[in-house]
Amino acid sequence: MRMVVAYIRHEAFEPIRQDLLEAGFPSLSITEVKGSGRQKGITEHYRGSELQIHLRPKLKLEMVVETTDVEVVKDAILRHARTGNVGDGKVFVLPVEEAVRIRTGEEGEEVLQAHQGEEIPAEA
Amino acid sequence: MRSRLLRAAPMALLATLILPATALATDVDLQQAVDGKLDSSIPINTLWVVVAAVFVLLMQAGFAMLEIGFSRAKNAGTGVAKILTNLSIAAVCYWAVGFAFAFGSADVLGISGHILGSNGFFLQFSGNPADALPVMGVSSATIESKFLFQFAFCAVSLAIVWGSTLERIKYSAYVIYAVVFAAIIYPIGSHWVFGGGWLQNGDTPLMPTGMQDFAGSTAVHLIGATGALAALLLLGPRKGKYGPDGKPRAIPGHSMPLVGLGVIILFFGWFGFNPGSTLGITDTRLADVAVVTLLGAAGGVIGAFAASQLKLKTIDIGMIGNGMIAGLVAITAPSGYVEAWAGPIIGFVAGVIVVLGVIAIDKRIDDPIGATSAHGLAGIWGTLSCGLFTAPRLAEYNAFGDPDGGLLYSGKFTQLIAQGVGVLVAFSFVFILSYLTFAAIKASVGLRVSEEEEDAGLDIVEHGMYGYPEQFIPLPEIGAASSGPAAKPSTVGAPAKTPATRAGEVPA
Repeated sequence: MRMVVAYIRHEAFEPIRQDLLEAGFPSLSITEVKGSGRQKGITEHYRGSELQIHLRPKLKLEMVVETTDVEVVKDAILRHARTGNVGDGKVFVLPVEEAVRIRTGEEGEEVLQAHQGEEIPAEA
Repeated sequence: MRSRLLRAAPMALLATLILPATALATDVDLQQAVDGKLDSSIPINTLWVVVAAVFVLLMQAGFAMLEIGFSRAKNAGTGVAKILTNLSIAAVCYWAVGFAFAFGSADVLGISGHILGSNGFFLQFSGNPADALPVMGVSSATIESKFLFQFAFCAVSLAIVWGSTLERIKYSAYVIYAVVFAAIIYPIGSHWVFGGGWLQNGDTPLMPTGMQDFAGSTAVHLIGATGALAALLLLGPRKGKYGPDGKPRAIPGHSMPLVGLGVIILFFGWFGFNPGSTLGITDTRLADVAVVTLLGAAGGVIGAFAASQLKLKTIDIGMIGNGMIAGLVAITAPSGYVEAWAGPIIGFVAGVIVVLGVIAIDKRIDDPIGATSAHGLAGIWGTLSCGLFTAPRLAEYNAFGDPDGGLLYSGKFTQLIAQGVGVLVAFSFVFILSYLTFAAIKASVGLRVSEEEEDAGLDIVEHGMYGYPEQFIPLPEIGAASSGPAAKPSTVGAPAKTPATRAGEVPA
């Protein structure tokens, strides 16, 4: 099992999510983060004074998948998150030792598979 | 017309400088007051008109909060700067020429008063001051109080235009259109409808009698909403409003409490708007009008509540707010013409109209605040409702329209036809002029920000700062402390004029 952690631009998320959903990977988490890298900051102006902001907002995307699926996820991220400009972000892949589904207590890789049966629709 | 305007303005300015201001009503009043001969109705009516004007000016806060609440947080600050800029530009333009076009007598430029007023540029009147404002002459309040009141209306109408254009329009468009609107479009349109022009007098083969619009369902609200529609057609929807399938998606505003505050400030202001349109206190009609206004607002909320529950299967908070505004907009024209019982009916219908209107318009046109429905469709309904519900005694008292009253009293369509023609004419006039103005803005300085700028939000793009800084940027100390090797001063910070050069890096 591997955890894929990616730092991406906000607008890249929705197409990535769409692709992964269609490829059978509905489970993911995102966090709003701020970070710095080679990308320049923002200059804010407030009542005549300047304010240098060095941290830029990004999205952090986390997914745990079977080792053989890492490429699929990575491809989806690269396909949509790459604009070619500084600030596109990075992808990290980490080993994962254990996985437990809280509802059932199941352990191991089967936890990563969506349960067979009906998909649970969003509440109308 | 523009050349005439250009000629008239310096002339009026010159007159201000060289002529002793004997024509000002105030000086006459002051001398009479000193002599103890001032009619007591003058100060008391003036007091009411000024108080009502200030009520209506507070509605600017209502529009600002409503628009900001319906915007995303990245566009929260721009609304503040916008409303103040617009109000101020409109004040100067309306004082310079607008008021004279809208309400002045016709004896200066030699154009028929049915088309255009022309007395009172820069509030300097020639001739007998008592005749300077033909329509508002029935009130003994001073000219200055009437100007203040009518300017507040102009500012409301202009504020209505922009609710629909949230989150994507260029700031320069506000400035340019505000000049044209407050100097030309609104004054002429409102002159026709309630400034003594041809629609009000019914002096045309098109309509058998004059149209009725007590406080401006058409003259203020429909005119503003028509400007909004013209802007929307040229501006296009916000990015992401319509999916690849063409279906509309919700772009939720960031604060329903601010929307609520805005609606209630507008509600409060409306008690200057409608009852103030009596322009006097001595006949005590203002209380009757206030009651009708209250009932109209109540009907609007109940109508929107019912329609929302039945159509959307939920009690939509924004729709309830739109419902109150729609009820108030609709009751504005008939507020001085109908008996109290008609208030809740007119308001209820408006509340239903606004919910159905917002849903229908949203399918094709992106109007984030629902102005085209709440002020446009409800304004049309309110104007037409005079043709149904106007009471003969009030038509006679106000001396406009068919003295037999609306359809329900007279069994005749006379008044309804007049209302319909009035709506069509006012809409067409304002739409054409507004569309041309916005098209000219689009072709010259541009109407819309770039896609990147829209992503970044108008606050950082147009103003270089955020309405809610902490939400978007960390504390400056943290930012400075965490700057790594790459964040040397030479590489950090975009050029001052282009903050957030890569728009997408700022959260939506």
